[in-house]
Amino acid sequence: MNQEWVIEAEGLTKCFGAFVAVDHLSFQVKRGEIFGFLGANGAGKTTAMRMLCGLSRPTSGKGTVAGFDIYRQAEEVKKHIGYMSQKFSLYEDLKVWENLRLFGGIYGLKDREIAAKTTQMLQELNLEGERDALVRSLPLGWKQKLAFSVSIFHKPQVVFLDEPTGGVDPITRRQFWEMIYRAADQGITIFVTTHYMDEAEYCDRVSIMVDGRIKALDSPKNLRNQFQVPTMDDVFQRLAREAKRKGD
Amino acid sequence: MRPFFSFVQKEFFHIFRDKRTMLILLGMPIIQMLLFGFAISTEVKNTKVAVFDPSKDASTRLIKERLQASNYFDLAEELTDPGQINDVFKDGNIGLVVVFSEGFASDLRHTGDASIQLITDGTDPNQASLITAYATGILTACQQELAGMAEVSGRIVPELKMLYNPQGESAYNFVPGVMGMILMLICAMMTSIAIVREKETGTMEILLASPMRPIQIILAKMAPYFVLSAVNLATILLLSAFVLHVPIVGNLGLLVAVSLLFIFLALSLGLLISNVVNSQMAAMLVSGMGLMMPVMLLSGLIFPIESMPEILQWISAIVPARWFIAAVRKIMIQGVEFHAVAKEVGILALMTGLLIAVSLKNFKTRLS
Repeated sequence: MNQEWVIEAEGLTKCFGAFVAVDHLSFQVKRGEIFGFLGANGAGKTTAMRMLCGLSRPTSGKGTVAGFDIYRQAEEVKKHIGYMSQKFSLYEDLKVWENLRLFGGIYGLKDREIAAKTTQMLQELNLEGERDALVRSLPLGWKQKLAFSVSIFHKPQVVFLDEPTGGVDPITRRQFWEMIYRAADQGITIFVTTHYMDEAEYCDRVSIMVDGRIKALDSPKNLRNQFQVPTMDDVFQRLAREAKRKGD
Repeated sequence: MRPFFSFVQKEFFHIFRDKRTMLILLGMPIIQMLLFGFAISTEVKNTKVAVFDPSKDASTRLIKERLQASNYFDLAEELTDPGQINDVFKDGNIGLVVVFSEGFASDLRHTGDASIQLITDGTDPNQASLITAYATGILTACQQELAGMAEVSGRIVPELKMLYNPQGESAYNFVPGVMGMILMLICAMMTSIAIVREKETGTMEILLASPMRPIQIILAKMAPYFVLSAVNLATILLLSAFVLHVPIVGNLGLLVAVSLLFIFLALSLGLLISNVVNSQMAAMLVSGMGLMMPVMLLSGLIFPIESMPEILQWISAIVPARWFIAAVRKIMIQGVEFHAVAKEVGILALMTGLLIAVSLKNFKTRLS
C-alpha cells in the first residue's frame, strides 16, 4: 500500500446496460489533500463517487480507498470513510444528540467516546444550546455543518462530500469551507463534488469530468495557466462545452 | 452488535417521537376488538318478535311463553291481521314474525299436524337463517312438551349442540380474525413505511455507505415492530379473555409461537413491499389495499372460505392470514395439539422462508 495515495483508481468503469456512465477513470488522491471532483450534471460524478464508497459495484477497473480494495473489501472501506450525500443526511425527527449517538454507534464508538466527542463537537459548532433540539428545527446552514461534523465523527481517513453546500448562503458556505480546512489539517482527506466554481479555487487539486471521463486534473492555478484563462469557471466552461451528453 | 443496538434505539426514538402513529399502533387493536366485540355482533340476542295468533289457546300460549323466556327473543307485538306482516318488517324493529294457524291446538290434538309459519327478513340472509334456526330449536322443545301433554310418544327429537362455542358467540369467530388482521397490518405496513422513509429522505444512502451490513439494517428495522406486535398480541389476548370472555382452550405457548411466526411473516412481507415501492405513500397504499382487502375478504374473517366459489378458495390459499386464522381458531377455541395445526404452521413457515429469501435477494441487488 502506497502511504501517499489514499484513493487510487485505475480504469474504473461503470455501465448501465449499453450506457457507459463512467469510462475508464484513472486518478490518485493524496493523503490529507482537498480534492475537488467537478463536472456538469450527468457527467458521472455521483456514479464514480458511489463506486469509491462501496455503494455501487464497478463494471470493470480497479480501485483502492484507504488501502482497501473496493471490490473485495467494501466493508473495510466503509469503516474508514465518511460520506455526506447530496440529500440531507441526518434524521430530522431525532434530536441533535440522538443523531450523534446513532452515527457514533454505527461506526462502533463506545458510549464514553461518543459523549465526549458530542460535547466537544457542539462546542466547536457553537451548538451547545441545541443539543436537545430536533434537527428539523435547525436552519439549513446549521444542519449542513452538523451533517459534515457527523460524517467525520469517527475520524475517517477520507470523507466524501457530494455537493455539500447546495442551497446555503455564501456566509455559511465560507464557514463550511473553514470546517473543511480544519478537517484537512487533522489529516482527513477531503473528496468533494461541487457546482460552485469559486469553491473549486479552494481545493488543492481538481479534476473535471466530461461525459464520464476526466478531461483535466491539476491544481486550480496550473489549470488556469494551462488554459490561459483568469478563473476556474472559464476552465470549466471551456471543457464542458465539448460535452455531448445532456445534463439531467 | 453495537451498531445494531444503536440502530434499534434510533428506531424506537422515531416511534416514540411520533405520538400519533404510536397511538394508532397501540390503540387500533383495542378499538377493533371492542368494535367487533360489542358493536358488530352477528349473534341472535333479544330479537323482537311479532306474533299473529288467531287461535289463542294453551298450546300457542306455551310457545309464546317459551319464546319470550329465551335470551334470543322478545315478544314485541301481537298482530291482529296478517296484512300487517309486511309493515312490521318495513318498520325495521321486528326480526321474526310467528304465524299460528287457526285452531292450532285442536289441529295438533286431532291430526297431530298443526302448522306454524316463521317469517324472517330475507334482506339479511345470514341473520335470517340464524333467527330461524334458534326459533326452530325452541319450537322443537315446545313440541316435545306438548307431545308429553297429549301423551303421544315415539317421536324423534333432535337435540342440537354447538361444540366449542355452545352460545354461538361471534367473538369466538372474530378474535382469531382480528388477530390476523392487526398483526398483518401493523407489521407489514409499519416496516415497509419505516424502510421506505429512509429511501425517501436519503438517509438510506448514508446507512449503506456505513459499515452496517444490510441484514443488520433490516433486522434493526424489524425489531421495534416485532416488540410492538408482541405488545398488541398480548393486548388482544387479554381483551379477549377478560372483556369478551373468549377462553383460550388450547396451549398458550403454542398459540404465542404460531403468532410470533405470523408476525415474522408479516414483517418480511413489509420488507418485500419496501423493496418494490419508493415512497411512503405508495407503501401505505400497497400494504393498506394490497393486504387489508385480502385479509378482510379472503381469510375467512368475514366470509367463510368453504362457501366461496372455487377460484376464490384457490386465491385465498395464498393469503397468509387465512392459514394463521385457521390455526388460531383450532388452538384457541378447539384446543387442539400441535399435530392438528401442523399443516397450517408448515404453510406459514414455508411462506415466511420464501418471503425472506426473495426480499433479502432484492435488498442486496439494490446495493450493487
